[in-house]
Amino acid sequence: MSFARTDQSLVARWWWTVDRWSLLAIASLIGIGALLIMAASPAVAERIGLDQLHFAKRHFALLPVSIGILFVVSLQSPRNIRRLAVVGFIIAIALLAFTFVGGVEIKGARRWINLPGFSLQPSEFVKPTFAVVAAWMFSEHRNRENSKGHWYAIGLYVLVVGLLIKQPDLGMAVVVSAVWFTQFFLAGLRLFWVAAGVGAGAAGLVGAYIMLPHVTSRIDRFLHPQSGDSYQVDRSMDAFMNGGLWGRGPGEGTVKGWLPDAHADFIFAVAGEELGLIACLVIVALFAFVVLRGFSRLLQEGNLFVVLAATGLLVQFGLQAIINMASSLELMPTKGMTLPFLSYGGSSLLALGLGMGMALALTRKRFTGGDT
Amino acid sequence: MKAQQPLDDNPCRPRHFKPAPCAPLPMEGPAKQSLETSHTRLIVTAGLFLLAFLAIGIRLVDVTVLKGGETKLARTARTVTQPQVSRADIVDRNGVLLATTLETPSLFANPKQVANPQEAARKIVSVLPDLSEGEVLAKLTSDKSFVWLKRRLTPRQQFDVNRLGIPGLQFEREERRVYPKGNLAAHVVGYTGIDNKGLAGVERGLDDALHERRDPIKLSIDIRLQYILRDEVQKQIDDFRAKGGMGLIADVRTGEILSMISLPDFDPNNAGAASPEAIFNRATLGVFEMGSIFKIFNTAMALDTKTATMTSGYDATKAIPIGKYTIHDDHPQRRWLTVPEIFQYSSNIGSVKMALDAGIEKQRDVLTRLGLTRMPTLELKEIGGPLIPSPWRQINSMTIAFGHGMSVSPLQMINATSAVVNGGILHQATLLKHPDDYIPAGEKVLSQQTSENMRKLMRLVVEKGTGEFANAPGYLIGGKTGTAEKVTGKSYARKAVLASFVGVFPMNDPRYVVMISIDEPHGNAKSHGFITAGWVAAPPVGRVVQRMAPLLGIQPVDENSPEIRRALVIDSSGQQGRKVAAN
Repeated sequence: MSFARTDQSLVARWWWTVDRWSLLAIASLIGIGALLIMAASPAVAERIGLDQLHFAKRHFALLPVSIGILFVVSLQSPRNIRRLAVVGFIIAIALLAFTFVGGVEIKGARRWINLPGFSLQPSEFVKPTFAVVAAWMFSEHRNRENSKGHWYAIGLYVLVVGLLIKQPDLGMAVVVSAVWFTQFFLAGLRLFWVAAGVGAGAAGLVGAYIMLPHVTSRIDRFLHPQSGDSYQVDRSMDAFMNGGLWGRGPGEGTVKGWLPDAHADFIFAVAGEELGLIACLVIVALFAFVVLRGFSRLLQEGNLFVVLAATGLLVQFGLQAIINMASSLELMPTKGMTLPFLSYGGSSLLALGLGMGMALALTRKRFTGGDT
Repeated sequence: MKAQQPLDDNPCRPRHFKPAPCAPLPMEGPAKQSLETSHTRLIVTAGLFLLAFLAIGIRLVDVTVLKGGETKLARTARTVTQPQVSRADIVDRNGVLLATTLETPSLFANPKQVANPQEAARKIVSVLPDLSEGEVLAKLTSDKSFVWLKRRLTPRQQFDVNRLGIPGLQFEREERRVYPKGNLAAHVVGYTGIDNKGLAGVERGLDDALHERRDPIKLSIDIRLQYILRDEVQKQIDDFRAKGGMGLIADVRTGEILSMISLPDFDPNNAGAASPEAIFNRATLGVFEMGSIFKIFNTAMALDTKTATMTSGYDATKAIPIGKYTIHDDHPQRRWLTVPEIFQYSSNIGSVKMALDAGIEKQRDVLTRLGLTRMPTLELKEIGGPLIPSPWRQINSMTIAFGHGMSVSPLQMINATSAVVNGGILHQATLLKHPDDYIPAGEKVLSQQTSENMRKLMRLVVEKGTGEFANAPGYLIGGKTGTAEKVTGKSYARKAVLASFVGVFPMNDPRYVVMISIDEPHGNAKSHGFITAGWVAAPPVGRVVQRMAPLLGIQPVDENSPEIRRALVIDSSGQQGRKVAAN
């Protein structure tokens, strides 16, 4: 792709101002993801009695849509991003509320809405849009006298997390909380309240451990692997060891034949077995690069809303990657969470296109400070 | 809000010109301050993310290259390469395998993947002829996605099925308990159910231990003696058309049971097909009125409590009436008999008088000391408790003197007999092998003197008493016969007897006790119609000793050497010991 410097078209201006290194990293992740889906999903599909290419076909059908969303969104100005996020957030919250009446129950949770040929998980879209909306509230509070932005942010947060817990989708609630809290932290929350917030978060996790039996069992199994069924993570560890330095080669792995979620939550284990340590380190580096590169660009940014919104989106992206990889490596209890752009998951893929599109749009070079 | 500056994307900007970020709109006051705060805190956040990604990278290196998950892998590897067997093996005292767990393949089908069920059914039945083609076809055409076709195939059958190359057939590994020695140790080892839970024998008695441990459990049983004992008992059952029989061999010094036979028996590999009669363990669960072999304890009691001595005598000229019964002698001598003669000729009258002399208390005390009045313990659940009279009156005391009116198990018999001959020490009977050369302390229940006298008396029975047919030259067998009339309905039946012989050898330094009982033998030509223990139970004990002694390293000795004569031979009477037909 090349554009003359003098080209004033929308796309050309985008090309020269967008962070092309981040774009390259995201493109690499999408490519690796496509490869791994091809490798991992046929075994999973076959085992549950679907067409071998069932997941792969869907993934490749949605991939262009996701990339399209990412591109179109990243063309937008910060102001448009904010508008898009507000509208998107309202729709997503409405759909999320709708799951309680018209949702489909899968594995004990009502998270999905059935669309023709596709089931949509609204909570995936709540995540990025809420990050931008919350950023707007926080920055308004700072930038305007007498704004009650913080209180709106707190109110919306309670609404969103309440709905997520009701689903129940605890993992999502934790990520949303962490993102929101980081934004609040960046927006200048007094250190006393930061400490209180960290304390409340810890108390929340302990509370979940005590109150929710499935959380109790997950954490117990992590702390005492011999006490219960640690089948998934054991297979996952086997996969990494099996892969060694260079891996067994794409498609040559065996873990996908055993792990029910090899194409989704445990895709990183498939990468470990088939591509090996070096490729896994590259994947970790790509995620780290996207997050840290985004942060570094934000340090040059003069607009608080942009800083908070982009930070929220990047934290969400990075945190999800960290939680997924750490679960696969038995660094923390297993938590069902997709690895961005690598895992199979339709809603997740589309929402990522939206979220990273917004992040790219916000980290484009602009030469204005202040509110846009 | 300010309008967007077109400057924003100035295409004329030189490539490396970077305008100062805040240049267009220098900020002042709180807005600037909050932006600075957010930048500082963003660096903190970035630092945390960097640490997290570094941790993941380090962990990756750790797991894949440094094998940080090795302990986990080792755990999993063990379960994969050495299939997790949920039950330990059972071996005999020499390490011969008696029970083990094998993984066996079971055949199942996914009918949705079977392309041509008719052809598949025909082919499957051709290699597994015990299946019915119709049933297989019905299973293969069902709309399920999992149907069992046959459980527990042999490797050969698995190979045959694989060779058919029918898609949709698969194998599932299952565990199966296998008893390589089949019937030989059936009642000792027992068997498990389909869920690998012990249902009988050691499998049941030590179920928890077998589940928990990996190393085999070593029994005190010697499979070679099992073979010998079973062979001899079976021969007697066949010869005398008996209902059943049992045999026990124990080490008198340690209480270890070397062999335990109950016939009829069963194949634990197919325990489901066995009759309750075959599964019943006569040696431990069955309790019987033992008849005259109980005189071992009666005599030991009289000697140990010093109510009689080796030279005392009793008048055995007249039968003793008790109630509507009369106690006779089977080999009436009709004269005064010394204590050795009473034992030698198995005189009921003399025995009763010895018991009457001692009294109820002493009788009960000695029998209790010998463990005959309480439930015995062993590593089996099939244990029968003794039936003892309550209240224990004089009439009971009199019948117990010759082994009626009180029932004990053969297990209790050999354990008590061991204590009588080994110097008076009662050991805990066990089916588990003791370490080599380990002799447990035991409990002193009789005096050394009593024990030495009893050895002489038991040797006398085989040398010139009712147990002569048990003799095996050079092995110095001693013992006692017992022909117990069985209770049928309310009365004793003369024709239905339990013929037993308890033998010990070598009598100068007792090592092993061998007991054989034949249940309801019928007289034959060889025995001249007799069904008494001397004819039925004594000969096989002699043969067992002759066959087992060489295996256990017991040398035959010269029975007439002076030191052995001194140790074992007694002058049983002033009278000439007349030979009697074996009782």
